[in-house]
Amino acid sequence: MRTYEVVFVAAPTLTSEELDAFIALLQGVVDNKNGKLVKVENWGKRSLAYKIKRYRDAYYVVLTVEADGALIAELERRFRVTDHVIRFLSVRIDEDLKRSEKIKAARQKKAGRRPATVPRIEPAVEAAEP
Amino acid sequence: MPAPKRFTIRRKRICKFCAEKITYIDYKDGKLLSHFIPERGKILPRRISGVCSVHQRQLSEAIKRARHLAIIPVISD
Repeated sequence: MRTYEVVFVAAPTLTSEELDAFIALLQGVVDNKNGKLVKVENWGKRSLAYKIKRYRDAYYVVLTVEADGALIAELERRFRVTDHVIRFLSVRIDEDLKRSEKIKAARQKKAGRRPATVPRIEPAVEAAEP
Repeated sequence: MPAPKRFTIRRKRICKFCAEKITYIDYKDGKLLSHFIPERGKILPRRISGVCSVHQRQLSEAIKRARHLAIIPVISD
């Protein structure tokens, strides 16, 4: 099992109910294939940086999925089939997260080993009066 | 007349990501990425931004992903 982040951009012509229904459909797909939908982040309608299919704004939805490659392929197939989705991107994030955690842990360890040293400020030595 | 002295402005080159201890550059964070894309929409080179090579690689990947999703603009003109 791997963790993926699947972002899709949905057409603004959808109503929010339709979008919710579409997300529910995806949830069903994920459950069917022994995946786990960890998080659904709906950003709502956002303006696009450039026009896609003549749309100026669109819905953004970020799904965090624990799945294997076959399930991601199925999700992507569905994105291609429907007219709702105008852009999508799936990124595998487990390795990146693991690396990020590792760096953080190493940093913590380092900080623990070396007690916080307060830089000592030497009192300015006054020039001896002649 | 003395030859005019040439001043080279040396700015401290600090990698923003190292300084802020960012271990993963998120492609969804358009605000963060926008610091590294000038008006033209190109990726700001390392020699100007001072980002370290590790983070520059991560950054360029993130920018490319964000462009695809229309979070940040692609090169215009």
